[in-house]
Amino acid sequence: MLIKRSDGKAAKQRLASAYQGLSAGALDRRGFLKQAGVASAGLAGLAGLKPRMAQAVGAGSGVLDHSQPVQRIKNVCTHCSVGCTVTAEVQNGVWVGQEPSWDSPINRGTHCAKGASVRELVHGDRRVKYPMKLVGGQWQRLSWDTAISEIADKLMAVRQASGPDSVFWLGSAKFSNEGAYLYRKLAAFWGTNSVDHQARICHSTTVAGVANTWGYGAMTNSYNDIRNAKTMIIMGGNPAEAHPVSLQHILSGKEINRSNLIVIDPRFTRTAAHATEYMRIRPGTDIPIIWGMLWHIFQNNWEDKEFIAQRVYGMDDVRAEVAKWNPAEVERVTGVPGAQLRKVAEMFATQKPSTLIWCMGATQKTVGTANVRAYSILLLATGNVGKPGTGANIFRGHCNVQGATDFGLDVTSLPGYYGLDESAWRHWARVWGVSYESLVARFDSPAMMTTPGIPTTRYFDAITLPKDQIQQRDRLKAMVVFGHGGNTVTRMPEAVKGLDALDLLVVADPHPTTFAALSNRRDNTYLLPMSTQFETNGSRTSSNRSIQWGSQVVKPIFESRTDYRVMYDLAGALDVAAERRNMTVRFKNDMFKNLEIKDGEPTAEGLLREINYGSLSTGYSGVSPERLKLHMQHQDQFDLVTLRAKPDAPEAIRGDFYGLPWPCWGTPEMRHPGTHILYNTNLHVKEGGGTFRARFGVEREGKTLLAEGSYSKGSELTDGYPEFTVQVLRRLGWYDELTAQEKAVIEGIGGNVSWATDLSAGIIRVAMEHGCLPYGNAKARANAWNLPDPVPVHREPIYTPRVDLIDQYPTLPDRRGFRLPHLGVSVQNRSKEVARDYPIILSSGRLVEYEGGGEETRSNRWLAELQQDMFVEINPADAAARNIREGGWVLVRGPEMPAGKFIKVKAMVTERVGRGVAWMPFHFAGWFMQEDQRGKYPAGADPIVLGESVNAVTTYGYDPVTFMQETKVTLCQIQAA
Amino acid sequence: MARMKFLCDSDRCIECNACVTACKNEHEVPWGINRRRVVTINDGKPGERSISMACMHCTDSPCSAVCPVSCFYTTADAIVLHDKDLCIGCGYCFYACPFGAPQYPRVGNFGGRGKMDKCTYCAGGPQADNTLVEYTQYGANRIAEGKLPLCAEMCSTKALLAGDSDMIATIYRERVQKRGYGSGAWGWRTAYRETVGA
Repeated sequence: MLIKRSDGKAAKQRLASAYQGLSAGALDRRGFLKQAGVASAGLAGLAGLKPRMAQAVGAGSGVLDHSQPVQRIKNVCTHCSVGCTVTAEVQNGVWVGQEPSWDSPINRGTHCAKGASVRELVHGDRRVKYPMKLVGGQWQRLSWDTAISEIADKLMAVRQASGPDSVFWLGSAKFSNEGAYLYRKLAAFWGTNSVDHQARICHSTTVAGVANTWGYGAMTNSYNDIRNAKTMIIMGGNPAEAHPVSLQHILSGKEINRSNLIVIDPRFTRTAAHATEYMRIRPGTDIPIIWGMLWHIFQNNWEDKEFIAQRVYGMDDVRAEVAKWNPAEVERVTGVPGAQLRKVAEMFATQKPSTLIWCMGATQKTVGTANVRAYSILLLATGNVGKPGTGANIFRGHCNVQGATDFGLDVTSLPGYYGLDESAWRHWARVWGVSYESLVARFDSPAMMTTPGIPTTRYFDAITLPKDQIQQRDRLKAMVVFGHGGNTVTRMPEAVKGLDALDLLVVADPHPTTFAALSNRRDNTYLLPMSTQFETNGSRTSSNRSIQWGSQVVKPIFESRTDYRVMYDLAGALDVAAERRNMTVRFKNDMFKNLEIKDGEPTAEGLLREINYGSLSTGYSGVSPERLKLHMQHQDQFDLVTLRAKPDAPEAIRGDFYGLPWPCWGTPEMRHPGTHILYNTNLHVKEGGGTFRARFGVEREGKTLLAEGSYSKGSELTDGYPEFTVQVLRRLGWYDELTAQEKAVIEGIGGNVSWATDLSAGIIRVAMEHGCLPYGNAKARANAWNLPDPVPVHREPIYTPRVDLIDQYPTLPDRRGFRLPHLGVSVQNRSKEVARDYPIILSSGRLVEYEGGGEETRSNRWLAELQQDMFVEINPADAAARNIREGGWVLVRGPEMPAGKFIKVKAMVTERVGRGVAWMPFHFAGWFMQEDQRGKYPAGADPIVLGESVNAVTTYGYDPVTFMQETKVTLCQIQAA
Repeated sequence: MARMKFLCDSDRCIECNACVTACKNEHEVPWGINRRRVVTINDGKPGERSISMACMHCTDSPCSAVCPVSCFYTTADAIVLHDKDLCIGCGYCFYACPFGAPQYPRVGNFGGRGKMDKCTYCAGGPQADNTLVEYTQYGANRIAEGKLPLCAEMCSTKALLAGDSDMIATIYRERVQKRGYGSGAWGWRTAYRETVGA
């Protein structure tokens, strides 16, 4: 335990040696009772205080004065994607209290440890308080104006010398939707596609895999809807720690329906502790498990034949692959006994509705996209999509990772998943009111405009690899990081080399983040104090696609500024810098021409209106700020299970689904209620119904890709149909139902437009009038022919202890992607040599108290107190063989670490992990391969708790579709320190 | 008057520690003092269960029985509170308490441990309700505002219940009946000399 929360050195002393015997329990994360006496020891540092409750920092101004009026303001928790409403009590501009948000249908008053402590974020004294830069290795304070103008000048210098693609814009899942959208727009105007955010490292494979299966890359149902499920499988997720409030719905479903709650995971998680069935698998064998289940399902005719015939393409190709996975082979590869697999398969297929819940255990793999495809196929085969209680309930990570993904903080797309082709750029050029040609001119070449950028998992490779291996004019030279940790990406020793080599590093964040401390940089590094979402306005999209409006609780604290303002000011400063350098490119006027500017920054409302105008494809078009604010105001009017506003709700929200989960079609005036459950044919499109999306053509190899005999309720087209375009409308004879105004807009665009590019939203309106989905009515694809593995196949992890399986189940050959080389087989072949010296599988995951890279939460005194040590979970058998004792220090080493280097962490000896498997949380940083980096943080802004990062140990390995990193399966060796 | 109690449904508790940080947040409890904590048994094994623990506000509370300066008192709602101005930090209550609730800002075999601190059921202390002096010594007084303890109000899975004994026992009993299992109201026999059956 730390003695004082403020003194960095105290962290290393732990307890005074007199209490060391007692403190052994600190690592047994939950062994609180036995250290009841220790808590008092922890206060030794406060001994000088008066014998009463110590005054906490900021409390002097933070105590509620009951004689004065209190303002109650609603915002949304800034941690995970559940989207819990936070009710703040504010007096005199100070956030003095947090009350339960009873009215929210999502959290109903509750929080987890993180949500219950968010108030600390806005009087946390560990925040970055003013702009700083490194001068000769020392942090030096400077004014905002100086900081922004120096940064702008250096960015323009890089642009001049190396081109726009040499700047990497790393955005954040902590942005509001409006902030994310503006950041993507900034990158577009800068002239690069190298703009990314945390989705790359959490659910990029989900988005790619699921969208390629049935249309949209998002959770199909909702947390609340899980209450309807009869069988739930949680595979590769630990929501009890990662999304605790979701457990309220999961456990309620389990209790009310007496549902089966099956947890499939290599680790006996806190979620597994509440399961009715727990299945331990070898890490990295998800596809064999799913195919093994399908083997039983096909064998016993448990599949939903009608559903498959009407709504699924290519299931026969899956059958052929599944046939290989007989129980014996599954057991050989995964270690799961056949009887248990059969039992779970039967439950899932026959005790319906069934839902499959997954998280990063499925996605952070070299086979991530294939994994989620296999999961989706299991759902399709059993007919568990598009109904209450079913679906792919994908729990996204950060509070707005869904929204930030939707708005294209993604190297492969513009906002709204329009992609990067010319028609996408032309669409957004129209929305932004600039010419397509003017956008082309901002890029290095027209080709770079349509080439996916460099993803965040590989930024350092794009800095350090030889120029001829990087498919752009020059290497990355500058990096601008908004709201992103530096310890969440694998191969950190390589990342340090990359960061050291950059010409410019800008970190804009409420906290310094690992980026500020990890490298050996001495100059040209800037730290900008940013506000949290509690200090500004804006909407955020929860995992279930519900969009919630957060209102500013307090003004940005210290000298911090909002994302909107900093981007606005940066655009202005870039103009000045460009002028000074006689460059013709300009930013501010074009970027902000249609946006409302108030108090020196674009308003969230204005930004959302521009989003409404352009984001037709995802149905963000109906989500006006006014509607969202009404939903927050009348939260109590929405049903807990259906999320629908009740019949006696105020007229303005009556019938709406809470937060207008996208797609919310058409204009706000059309009053589409949002879509609670995607692809639900039992509802009319105007009531939130849907079909699988037609986005892959209408026919392939003589087979139709359109649905057969299945359509959403009330559809006038009683069969499959393609997506709506002007031509389709003409062919159906519905063209003249467009108003003259709508026709004029369509003509203005060129006459040949689809529903997604029709800025009048007329095509959408007419389609809905006829009960049709604007995006068409197709089959989901069990065979996705455009992916490296059209039907998922098992591929051994890059670093696997089962070298005997490599030849039979090899990873993909070496290839290229995202402007970079992508090694597969050549690295995997190393396994054969290293597996002997690194016999333990290493996996990583979450703790409930911390989030992401953890800088923010490790700086929160209420959370930091609960988890003070980085640790590794190791099985008792492995520990005994290595003479490792519970609570003792151990050294962990991975096969790619520099020679002689280890990370030093504490051992938690536990049966939570199986034999031969170790697990570490990924939230720690500040110690790097045994170096204490506390001194590298700006004074006073260092997180309270520091620790070794698991990603110093993790290794090479990327998903071929998205360059998702492999964090769940690698190899390591552990020894007592 | 109501008989206020805590009840933790260990079949629901997921050990998310919301109760712990909610308490910290509401009362600005300093580092090192934990009025509430979550205890997990069989950690990492089948049968793993967690229980959120704090002062249970016992019937005939042992802490008050052993206190040499009689600083404890029980409110009309049966909440066990203490007067920090009387407390001498002797630590007897810590030894008497079956739940390990009392906390002290200092440690040492000789000399005072400082004023004892523990869960107040969000009911403050002997000072006038919701005054700065009460807040500084004891934390917020939600009971005086007609609210329940924040730990229970914010519990992520509604495992931790606070409120009138009859009411929370009824909620728990109905829950057990509906789902068909329940490990009982942990600590009730010790604290209140009764249990909640299904």
